[in-house]
Amino acid sequence: MCTTCGCAAGETRIEGETDDATHEHWHVHADGSAHAHPHAHAGEHAHGHGGLRYAPAPHAHVHRHADGTVHAHPHAHDAAVPHEAAVAHEHAHPHAHPHGAEHGHGETGAADALHYGHGPAGAHAPGMTQARMVQIERDILAKNDAFAAANRKRLAEQGIFALNLVSSPGSGKTTLLCRTIDALRTRFPIAVIEGDQQTSHDAERIRATGVPALQINTGKGCHLDAAMVGRALQKLAPADESLLFIENVGNLVCPAAFDLGEAHKVAILSVTEGEDKPLKYPDMFRAAQLMLVNKVDLLPYVSFDLERAVEHARRVNPGLRVICVSATTGEGFDDWLAWLEHGLAAQRAQKQETVAGLRRRIAELEEKLVALSR
Amino acid sequence: MHEMSLAEGVLQIVEDAAGEQGFARVRTVVIEIGQLSSVEPEAMRFCFDAVTRGSLAEGAVLEVIEVPGSGLCLSCDRTVPLAALYDPCPLCGGFPVQPTGGTEMRVKELEVD
Repeated sequence: MCTTCGCAAGETRIEGETDDATHEHWHVHADGSAHAHPHAHAGEHAHGHGGLRYAPAPHAHVHRHADGTVHAHPHAHDAAVPHEAAVAHEHAHPHAHPHGAEHGHGETGAADALHYGHGPAGAHAPGMTQARMVQIERDILAKNDAFAAANRKRLAEQGIFALNLVSSPGSGKTTLLCRTIDALRTRFPIAVIEGDQQTSHDAERIRATGVPALQINTGKGCHLDAAMVGRALQKLAPADESLLFIENVGNLVCPAAFDLGEAHKVAILSVTEGEDKPLKYPDMFRAAQLMLVNKVDLLPYVSFDLERAVEHARRVNPGLRVICVSATTGEGFDDWLAWLEHGLAAQRAQKQETVAGLRRRIAELEEKLVALSR
Repeated sequence: MHEMSLAEGVLQIVEDAAGEQGFARVRTVVIEIGQLSSVEPEAMRFCFDAVTRGSLAEGAVLEVIEVPGSGLCLSCDRTVPLAALYDPCPLCGGFPVQPTGGTEMRVKELEVD
Protein backbone atom coordinates (compact mmCIF):
# COMPACT_ATOMS: atom_id res chain seq x y z
CA MET A 1 0.00 0.00 0.00
CA CYS A 2 2.23 2.68 1.31
CA THR A 3 5.31 3.48 -0.64
CA THR A 4 6.59 4.80 2.65
CA CYS A 5 6.07 1.73 4.76
CA GLY A 6 5.70 -0.93 2.08
CA CYS A 7 2.36 -2.20 3.27
CA ALA A 8 -0.63 -3.05 1.08
CA ALA A 9 -4.40 -3.40 1.26
CA GLY A 10 -5.97 -6.75 0.94
CA GLU A 11 -5.78 -9.68 3.26
CA THR A 12 -8.04 -7.85 5.68
CA ARG A 13 -9.58 -10.25 8.14
CA ILE A 14 -12.25 -9.57 10.67
CA GLU A 15 -12.57 -12.11 13.44
CA GLY A 16 -15.43 -14.51 12.82
CA GLU A 17 -15.57 -13.86 9.08
CA THR A 18 -14.29 -16.53 6.73
CA ASP A 19 -11.81 -15.72 4.01
CA ASP A 20 -14.23 -16.67 1.23
CA ALA A 21 -16.82 -14.21 2.46
CA THR A 22 -19.16 -12.82 -0.15
CA HIS A 23 -18.16 -9.48 -1.58
CA GLU A 24 -19.04 -7.12 -4.39
CA HIS A 25 -17.60 -7.44 -7.85
CA TRP A 26 -17.49 -4.37 -10.01
CA HIS A 27 -17.46 -4.96 -13.74
CA VAL A 28 -16.77 -2.42 -16.41
CA HIS A 29 -17.72 -3.85 -19.76
CA ALA A 30 -16.10 -3.01 -23.01
CA ASP A 31 -19.15 -1.05 -24.09
CA GLY A 32 -18.70 1.25 -21.14
CA SER A 33 -21.55 -0.06 -19.06
CA ALA A 34 -20.64 -1.06 -15.57
CA HIS A 35 -22.33 -3.07 -12.88
CA ALA A 36 -21.58 -4.72 -9.60
CA HIS A 37 -22.70 -8.05 -8.27
CA PRO A 38 -22.05 -9.90 -5.05
CA HIS A 39 -19.67 -12.75 -5.44
CA ALA A 40 -18.48 -15.52 -3.17
CA HIS A 41 -14.91 -16.57 -3.47
CA ALA A 42 -15.28 -20.32 -3.32
CA GLY A 43 -15.38 -21.61 -6.87
CA GLU A 44 -17.85 -20.95 -9.62
CA HIS A 45 -20.36 -18.18 -9.91
CA ALA A 46 -23.02 -17.08 -12.32
CA HIS A 47 -24.31 -13.64 -13.03
CA GLY A 48 -26.97 -12.11 -15.22
CA HIS A 49 -26.69 -9.20 -17.62
CA GLY A 50 -29.97 -7.46 -18.25
CA GLY A 51 -30.27 -5.44 -21.40
CA LEU A 52 -26.60 -5.25 -22.21
CA ARG A 53 -25.10 -5.70 -25.64
CA TYR A 54 -22.47 -8.33 -26.19
CA ALA A 55 -20.47 -9.74 -29.01
CA PRO A 56 -20.90 -13.52 -28.78
CA ALA A 57 -17.15 -13.93 -29.12
CA PRO A 58 -15.08 -14.62 -26.06
CA HIS A 59 -14.37 -11.41 -24.26
CA ALA A 60 -12.72 -10.23 -21.13
CA HIS A 61 -14.19 -9.07 -17.87
CA VAL A 62 -12.43 -6.57 -15.70
CA HIS A 63 -12.99 -7.27 -12.04
CA ARG A 64 -12.33 -4.93 -9.24
CA HIS A 65 -12.22 -6.74 -5.92
CA ALA A 66 -13.31 -5.30 -2.63
CA ASP A 67 -9.69 -5.30 -1.55
CA GLY A 68 -8.87 -3.00 -4.41
CA THR A 69 -7.04 -5.43 -6.65
CA VAL A 70 -8.10 -5.35 -10.26
CA HIS A 71 -7.78 -8.10 -12.81
CA ALA A 72 -9.36 -9.26 -16.02
CA HIS A 73 -10.20 -12.71 -17.26
CA PRO A 74 -11.65 -13.89 -20.53
CA HIS A 75 -14.79 -15.99 -20.83
CA ALA A 76 -16.96 -17.31 -23.63
CA HIS A 77 -20.71 -17.35 -23.97
CA ASP A 78 -22.79 -20.42 -24.62
CA ALA A 79 -23.57 -20.34 -28.33
CA ALA A 80 -27.11 -21.59 -27.67
CA VAL A 81 -27.96 -18.47 -25.72
CA PRO A 82 -29.43 -15.79 -27.96
CA HIS A 83 -27.58 -12.51 -27.78
CA GLU A 84 -30.24 -9.99 -28.52
CA ALA A 85 -30.18 -6.62 -26.95
CA ALA A 86 -32.49 -6.26 -23.98
CA VAL A 87 -32.50 -10.03 -23.42
CA ALA A 88 -31.16 -10.91 -20.03
CA HIS A 89 -28.96 -13.93 -19.99
CA GLU A 90 -26.98 -15.92 -17.52
CA HIS A 91 -23.51 -17.13 -17.95
CA ALA A 92 -21.15 -18.88 -15.63
CA HIS A 93 -17.47 -18.70 -15.59
CA PRO A 94 -15.11 -20.51 -13.34
CA HIS A 95 -13.37 -18.13 -11.05
CA ALA A 96 -11.10 -19.63 -8.47
CA HIS A 97 -8.03 -17.91 -7.24
CA PRO A 98 -6.38 -17.60 -3.88
CA HIS A 99 -7.19 -14.52 -1.86
CA GLY A 100 -4.42 -12.08 -1.43
CA ALA A 101 -2.37 -13.57 -4.23
CA GLU A 102 -0.97 -11.45 -7.00
CA HIS A 103 -3.21 -11.19 -10.05
CA GLY A 104 -0.75 -11.44 -12.84
CA HIS A 105 -3.24 -12.41 -15.51
CA GLY A 106 -4.68 -8.95 -16.00
CA GLU A 107 -2.04 -7.67 -18.34
CA THR A 108 -3.89 -8.02 -21.62
CA GLY A 109 -7.52 -8.46 -20.57
CA ALA A 110 -8.82 -4.93 -21.00
CA ALA A 111 -6.85 -4.40 -24.21
CA ASP A 112 -8.50 -7.51 -25.67
CA ALA A 113 -11.89 -6.05 -24.94
CA LEU A 114 -11.60 -2.68 -26.62
CA HIS A 115 -14.66 -1.93 -28.77
CA TYR A 116 -14.32 1.29 -30.70
CA GLY A 117 -17.75 0.87 -32.27
CA HIS A 118 -19.54 1.56 -29.01
CA GLY A 119 -18.66 5.24 -28.81
CA PRO A 120 -21.29 7.99 -28.99
CA ALA A 121 -21.30 7.79 -32.81
CA GLY A 122 -21.69 4.01 -32.80
CA ALA A 123 -18.83 3.70 -35.26
CA HIS A 124 -15.15 4.30 -35.43
CA ALA A 125 -13.11 5.53 -38.36
CA PRO A 126 -9.35 5.07 -38.26
CA GLY A 127 -7.65 8.22 -37.11
CA MET A 128 -10.88 9.68 -35.76
CA THR A 129 -10.77 10.02 -32.04
CA GLN A 130 -13.79 10.10 -29.80
CA ALA A 131 -11.79 11.56 -26.93
CA ARG A 132 -13.57 14.06 -24.74
CA MET A 133 -13.05 15.68 -21.38
CA VAL A 134 -15.14 14.72 -18.39
CA GLN A 135 -15.29 16.99 -15.36
CA ILE A 136 -15.14 14.96 -12.18
CA GLU A 137 -14.14 17.11 -9.17
CA ARG A 138 -14.33 14.30 -6.69
CA ASP A 139 -12.32 13.88 -3.52
CA ILE A 140 -10.01 10.90 -3.61
CA LEU A 141 -11.01 9.95 -0.08
CA ALA A 142 -14.73 10.49 -0.80
CA LYS A 143 -15.55 6.77 -0.61
CA ASN A 144 -13.92 6.40 2.79
CA ASP A 145 -15.58 9.60 3.97
CA ALA A 146 -19.00 8.28 2.92
CA PHE A 147 -18.48 5.11 4.97
CA ALA A 148 -17.23 7.27 7.86
CA ALA A 149 -20.36 9.43 7.68
CA ALA A 150 -22.54 6.30 7.85
CA ASN A 151 -20.59 5.06 10.89
CA ARG A 152 -20.87 8.47 12.56
CA LYS A 153 -24.64 8.52 11.98
CA ARG A 154 -25.07 5.07 13.47
CA LEU A 155 -22.92 5.97 16.50
CA ALA A 156 -24.88 9.19 17.04
CA GLU A 157 -28.23 7.37 16.80
CA GLN A 158 -27.06 4.91 19.43
CA GLY A 159 -25.47 7.60 21.61
CA ILE A 160 -22.09 5.84 21.45
CA PHE A 161 -18.95 7.89 22.20
CA ALA A 162 -16.27 6.50 19.86
CA LEU A 163 -12.56 7.29 20.03
CA ASN A 164 -9.89 6.44 17.49
CA LEU A 165 -6.63 5.77 19.37
CA VAL A 166 -3.56 6.40 17.26
CA SER A 167 0.15 6.15 18.08
CA SER A 168 3.43 4.49 17.16
CA PRO A 169 3.74 0.81 18.00
CA GLY A 170 4.80 0.32 21.62
CA SER A 171 3.40 3.56 23.06
CA GLY A 172 1.35 1.53 25.53
CA LYS A 173 -2.09 1.87 23.92
CA THR A 174 -3.37 -1.56 24.95
CA THR A 175 -2.06 -1.31 28.55
CA LEU A 176 -3.66 2.14 28.80
CA LEU A 177 -6.93 0.74 27.49
CA CYS A 178 -6.94 -2.17 29.93
CA ARG A 179 -6.47 0.16 32.90
CA THR A 180 -9.14 2.55 31.57
CA ILE A 181 -11.60 -0.33 31.14
CA ASP A 182 -10.90 -1.61 34.67
CA ALA A 183 -11.70 1.83 36.04
CA LEU A 184 -14.92 2.38 34.06
CA ARG A 185 -16.50 -0.94 33.15
CA THR A 186 -18.82 -1.11 36.15
CA ARG A 187 -20.18 2.33 35.25
CA PHE A 188 -20.71 2.22 31.47
CA PRO A 189 -20.92 -0.43 28.78
CA ILE A 190 -17.59 -0.50 26.88
CA ALA A 191 -16.57 -2.20 23.62
CA VAL A 192 -13.28 -2.27 21.75
CA ILE A 193 -12.26 -2.68 18.09
CA GLU A 194 -8.60 -3.67 17.75
CA GLY A 195 -6.61 -3.08 14.57
CA ASP A 196 -3.30 -4.86 13.95
CA GLN A 197 -1.56 -6.28 10.92
CA GLN A 198 -1.55 -9.77 12.37
CA THR A 199 -2.56 -11.76 15.50
CA SER A 200 -5.50 -11.30 17.84
CA HIS A 201 -3.28 -10.85 20.92
CA ASP A 202 -4.63 -7.38 21.68
CA ALA A 203 -8.30 -8.37 21.42
CA GLU A 204 -7.57 -11.30 23.75
CA ARG A 205 -5.97 -8.94 26.27
CA ILE A 206 -9.03 -6.69 26.13
CA ARG A 207 -11.48 -9.60 26.42
CA ALA A 208 -9.61 -10.71 29.55
CA THR A 209 -10.85 -7.47 31.19
CA GLY A 210 -14.43 -8.65 30.62
CA VAL A 211 -15.59 -6.34 27.81
CA PRO A 212 -16.41 -7.36 24.22
CA ALA A 213 -13.59 -6.83 21.71
CA LEU A 214 -13.20 -7.56 18.02
CA GLN A 215 -9.89 -7.89 16.21
CA ILE A 216 -9.40 -6.59 12.67
CA ASN A 217 -6.25 -7.85 10.97
CA THR A 218 -5.31 -5.52 8.16
CA GLY A 219 -2.86 -7.95 6.54
CA LYS A 220 -0.54 -5.81 4.53
CA GLY A 221 -2.61 -2.70 5.31
CA CYS A 222 -1.13 0.11 7.36
CA HIS A 223 -4.35 1.64 8.70
CA LEU A 224 -7.99 0.92 9.51
CA ASP A 225 -10.49 2.41 7.08
CA ALA A 226 -14.13 3.34 7.61
CA ALA A 227 -15.49 0.32 5.69
CA MET A 228 -13.59 -2.10 7.98
CA VAL A 229 -14.94 -0.32 11.05
CA GLY A 230 -18.48 -0.37 9.62
CA ARG A 231 -18.29 -4.15 9.24
CA ALA A 232 -16.81 -4.47 12.72
CA LEU A 233 -19.66 -2.37 14.17
CA GLN A 234 -22.22 -4.73 12.65
CA LYS A 235 -20.47 -7.74 14.10
CA LEU A 236 -19.60 -6.32 17.50
CA ALA A 237 -22.99 -4.56 17.92
CA PRO A 238 -21.91 -2.24 20.76
CA ALA A 239 -24.64 -1.34 23.30
CA ASP A 240 -26.55 1.95 23.15
CA GLU A 241 -24.90 4.81 25.05
CA SER A 242 -21.63 2.94 25.42
CA LEU A 243 -17.99 3.91 25.15
CA LEU A 244 -16.26 2.52 22.05
CA PHE A 245 -12.49 2.46 21.69
CA ILE A 246 -11.02 1.84 18.24
CA GLU A 247 -7.34 1.00 18.65
CA ASN A 248 -5.80 1.77 15.27
CA VAL A 249 -2.77 0.06 13.74
CA GLY A 250 0.41 1.34 15.42
CA ASN A 251 1.48 3.88 12.79
CA LEU A 252 1.82 7.65 13.04
CA VAL A 253 1.44 8.31 9.32
CA CYS A 254 -1.42 6.69 7.44
CA PRO A 255 -4.27 6.52 10.00
CA ALA A 256 -4.29 10.35 10.07
CA ALA A 257 -5.96 10.56 6.66
CA PHE A 258 -8.69 7.97 7.21
CA ASP A 259 -11.76 9.16 9.10
CA LEU A 260 -13.47 6.19 10.75
CA GLY A 261 -16.57 8.06 11.96
CA GLU A 262 -15.16 8.55 15.47
CA ALA A 263 -15.96 11.49 17.72
CA HIS A 264 -12.26 12.23 18.28
CA LYS A 265 -8.83 10.96 17.43
CA VAL A 266 -6.66 10.56 20.53
CA ALA A 267 -2.91 10.53 19.87
CA ILE A 268 -0.73 8.75 22.40
CA LEU A 269 2.91 9.76 22.74
CA SER A 270 5.06 7.95 25.29
CA VAL A 271 8.04 9.55 27.02
CA THR A 272 10.34 6.80 25.72
CA GLU A 273 9.90 8.35 22.24
CA GLY A 274 11.38 11.63 20.99
CA GLU A 275 9.75 14.92 21.98
CA ASP A 276 10.01 16.06 18.35
CA LYS A 277 7.57 13.37 17.11
CA PRO A 278 4.74 15.90 16.71
CA LEU A 279 6.97 17.82 14.29
CA LYS A 280 8.14 14.70 12.48
CA TYR A 281 4.59 13.37 12.05
CA PRO A 282 2.51 16.57 12.02
CA ASP A 283 -0.53 15.11 10.23
CA MET A 284 -1.40 12.81 13.10
CA PHE A 285 -1.02 15.42 15.81
CA ARG A 286 -3.03 17.87 13.74
CA ALA A 287 -5.86 15.37 13.28
CA ALA A 288 -6.08 14.60 17.02
CA GLN A 289 -8.18 16.51 19.55
CA LEU A 290 -6.42 15.06 22.59
CA MET A 291 -2.82 13.96 23.17
CA LEU A 292 -2.08 11.57 26.00
CA VAL A 293 1.55 11.66 27.09
CA ASN A 294 1.98 8.13 28.43
CA LYS A 295 4.55 6.44 30.69
CA VAL A 296 5.18 9.65 32.67
CA ASP A 297 6.32 7.45 35.59
CA LEU A 298 9.53 6.93 33.54
CA LEU A 299 10.29 10.68 33.20
CA PRO A 300 13.10 10.59 35.83
CA TYR A 301 14.94 7.94 33.80
CA VAL A 302 14.69 9.35 30.26
CA SER A 303 15.82 12.58 28.60
CA PHE A 304 12.30 13.40 27.35
CA ASP A 305 11.54 17.13 27.61
CA LEU A 306 7.83 17.22 28.40
CA GLU A 307 7.44 20.96 27.95
CA ARG A 308 9.04 20.92 24.52
CA ALA A 309 6.93 17.93 23.43
CA VAL A 310 3.76 19.83 24.31
CA GLU A 311 5.06 22.97 22.62
CA HIS A 312 5.84 21.00 19.45
CA ALA A 313 2.41 19.42 19.44
CA ARG A 314 0.67 22.79 19.92
CA ARG A 315 2.74 24.30 17.12
CA VAL A 316 1.11 21.79 14.76
CA ASN A 317 -2.28 21.90 16.47
CA PRO A 318 -2.92 24.97 18.66
CA GLY A 319 -6.21 23.63 20.03
CA LEU A 320 -4.78 20.29 21.15
CA ARG A 321 -5.70 19.21 24.67
CA VAL A 322 -2.90 17.42 26.56
CA ILE A 323 -3.19 15.01 29.50
CA CYS A 324 -0.13 13.33 31.07
CA VAL A 325 -0.78 9.79 32.27
CA SER A 326 0.89 6.60 33.38
CA ALA A 327 -0.92 3.37 32.60
CA THR A 328 1.36 1.64 35.13
CA THR A 329 0.85 3.88 38.19
CA GLY A 330 -2.49 5.45 37.25
CA GLU A 331 -1.07 8.97 37.45
CA GLY A 332 -3.21 11.49 35.55
CA PHE A 333 -6.06 9.00 35.13
CA ASP A 334 -8.54 11.22 37.00
CA ASP A 335 -8.28 13.83 34.22
CA TRP A 336 -8.42 11.25 31.42
CA LEU A 337 -11.43 9.45 32.90
CA ALA A 338 -13.21 12.75 33.49
CA TRP A 339 -12.62 13.71 29.85
CA LEU A 340 -14.12 10.37 28.74
CA GLU A 341 -17.15 10.74 31.02
CA HIS A 342 -17.77 14.26 29.79
CA GLY A 343 -17.62 13.13 26.13
CA LEU A 344 -19.94 10.20 26.71
CA ALA A 345 -22.42 12.36 28.64
CA ALA A 346 -22.51 14.84 25.74
CA GLN A 347 -23.08 12.06 23.20
CA ARG A 348 -25.88 10.59 25.32
CA ALA A 349 -27.51 14.00 25.76
CA GLN A 350 -27.44 14.51 22.00
CA LYS A 351 -29.14 11.17 21.44
CA GLN A 352 -31.80 11.98 24.06
CA GLU A 353 -32.40 15.29 22.34
CA THR A 354 -32.79 13.58 18.98
CA VAL A 355 -35.18 11.00 20.42
CA ALA A 356 -37.20 13.66 22.23
CA GLY A 357 -37.29 15.78 19.07
CA LEU A 358 -38.53 12.87 16.97
CA ARG A 359 -41.24 12.03 19.52
CA ARG A 360 -42.43 15.64 19.47
CA ARG A 361 -42.52 15.60 15.68
CA ILE A 362 -44.48 12.33 15.61
CA ALA A 363 -47.00 13.79 18.06
CA GLU A 364 -47.39 16.88 15.86
CA LEU A 365 -47.86 14.80 12.72
CA GLU A 366 -50.40 12.56 14.44
CA GLU A 367 -52.36 15.62 15.50
CA LYS A 368 -52.36 16.89 11.94
CA LEU A 369 -53.45 13.51 10.63
CA VAL A 370 -56.35 13.37 13.09
CA ALA A 371 -57.37 16.91 12.10
CA LEU A 372 -57.24 16.06 8.38
CA SER A 373 -59.15 12.80 8.65
CA ARG A 374 -62.05 14.39 10.51
CA MET B 1 1.97 8.15 2.69
CA HIS B 2 -0.44 5.46 1.56
CA GLU B 3 -0.28 6.60 -2.07
CA MET B 4 -1.33 3.10 -3.16
CA SER B 5 -4.66 3.38 -1.31
CA LEU B 6 -5.13 6.81 -2.83
CA ALA B 7 -4.30 5.56 -6.33
CA GLU B 8 -6.94 2.86 -5.84
CA GLY B 9 -9.34 5.58 -4.75
CA VAL B 10 -8.61 7.43 -8.00
CA LEU B 11 -9.24 4.29 -10.06
CA GLN B 12 -12.51 3.71 -8.21
CA ILE B 13 -13.67 7.24 -9.01
CA VAL B 14 -12.72 6.72 -12.67
CA GLU B 15 -14.61 3.41 -12.82
CA ASP B 16 -17.66 4.94 -11.15
CA ALA B 17 -17.58 7.76 -13.70
CA ALA B 18 -17.30 5.18 -16.52
CA GLY B 19 -20.49 3.55 -15.24
CA GLU B 20 -22.33 6.86 -15.02
CA GLN B 21 -21.11 8.50 -18.20
CA GLY B 22 -20.50 5.52 -20.46
CA PHE B 23 -16.91 5.57 -21.64
CA ALA B 24 -14.64 2.61 -22.16
CA ARG B 25 -11.16 4.01 -22.11
CA VAL B 26 -9.36 6.71 -20.16
CA ARG B 27 -6.38 8.55 -21.64
CA THR B 28 -5.62 11.19 -19.05
CA VAL B 29 -6.53 11.59 -15.40
CA VAL B 30 -6.04 15.06 -13.92
CA ILE B 31 -5.73 15.24 -10.16
CA GLU B 32 -5.11 18.09 -7.75
CA ILE B 33 -2.71 17.43 -4.90
CA GLY B 34 -2.17 20.06 -2.24
CA GLN B 35 1.31 20.77 -0.97
CA LEU B 36 0.10 20.19 2.60
CA SER B 37 -1.76 16.93 1.86
CA SER B 38 1.28 14.71 2.61
CA VAL B 39 1.01 13.07 -0.80
CA GLU B 40 4.12 12.63 -2.91
CA PRO B 41 3.21 13.25 -6.58
CA GLU B 42 6.03 10.94 -7.73
CA ALA B 43 4.86 8.09 -5.49
CA MET B 44 1.31 8.75 -6.68
CA ARG B 45 2.35 8.36 -10.35
CA PHE B 46 4.18 5.12 -9.61
CA CYS B 47 1.20 3.66 -7.74
CA PHE B 48 -1.28 4.87 -10.35
CA ASP B 49 0.58 2.93 -13.05
CA ALA B 50 0.56 -0.15 -10.85
CA VAL B 51 -3.14 -0.14 -9.94
CA THR B 52 -4.47 0.78 -13.38
CA ARG B 53 -2.81 -2.18 -15.10
CA GLY B 54 -5.55 -4.31 -16.64
CA SER B 55 -8.19 -1.63 -16.03
CA LEU B 56 -9.92 0.84 -18.36
CA ALA B 57 -7.25 3.37 -17.38
CA GLU B 58 -4.29 1.19 -18.31
CA GLY B 59 -1.55 3.34 -19.82
CA ALA B 60 -3.39 6.56 -18.97
CA VAL B 61 -1.32 9.64 -18.16
CA LEU B 62 -1.65 10.94 -14.63
CA GLU B 63 -1.43 14.73 -14.64
CA VAL B 64 -0.78 16.13 -11.20
CA ILE B 65 -1.66 19.76 -10.50
CA GLU B 66 0.23 20.75 -7.37
CA VAL B 67 -1.66 23.30 -5.30
CA PRO B 68 0.61 25.47 -3.15
CA GLY B 69 -0.04 25.62 0.58
CA SER B 70 -1.40 28.75 2.20
CA GLY B 71 -2.52 29.65 5.67
CA LEU B 72 -3.89 32.36 7.93
CA CYS B 73 -1.36 33.53 10.50
CA LEU B 74 -3.17 33.88 13.82
CA SER B 75 -0.43 36.22 15.07
CA CYS B 76 -0.44 38.86 12.32
CA ASP B 77 -3.83 37.95 10.78
CA ARG B 78 -2.52 37.76 7.20
CA THR B 79 -2.87 35.02 4.59
CA VAL B 80 0.62 33.72 3.84
CA PRO B 81 2.22 30.99 1.71
CA LEU B 82 2.89 27.85 3.75
CA ALA B 83 5.33 25.09 2.76
CA ALA B 84 4.76 22.71 5.68
CA LEU B 85 2.08 22.30 8.33
CA TYR B 86 4.26 23.32 11.26
CA ASP B 87 6.14 26.20 9.62
CA PRO B 88 6.09 29.61 11.30
CA CYS B 89 4.59 32.64 9.53
CA PRO B 90 7.08 33.84 6.89
CA LEU B 91 6.08 37.46 7.53
CA CYS B 92 6.06 37.79 11.32
CA GLY B 93 7.64 34.49 12.42
CA GLY B 94 4.65 33.74 14.64
CA PHE B 95 2.69 30.56 15.41
CA PRO B 96 0.31 29.14 14.62
CA VAL B 97 -0.59 29.41 10.95
CA GLN B 98 -3.97 27.85 10.21
CA PRO B 99 -3.84 26.07 6.82
CA THR B 100 -6.46 27.44 4.42
CA GLY B 101 -5.31 25.99 1.08
CA GLY B 102 -3.18 23.16 -0.27
CA THR B 103 -4.73 20.32 1.72
CA GLU B 104 -6.83 18.98 -1.18
CA MET B 105 -6.54 15.66 -2.98
CA ARG B 106 -9.14 15.37 -5.69
CA VAL B 107 -9.78 14.00 -9.17
CA LYS B 108 -10.46 17.04 -11.32
CA GLU B 109 -11.15 15.77 -14.82
CA LEU B 110 -10.66 12.91 -17.25
CA GLU B 111 -9.89 12.67 -20.94
CA VAL B 112 -11.80 9.68 -22.20
CA ASP B 113 -12.66 7.84 -25.42
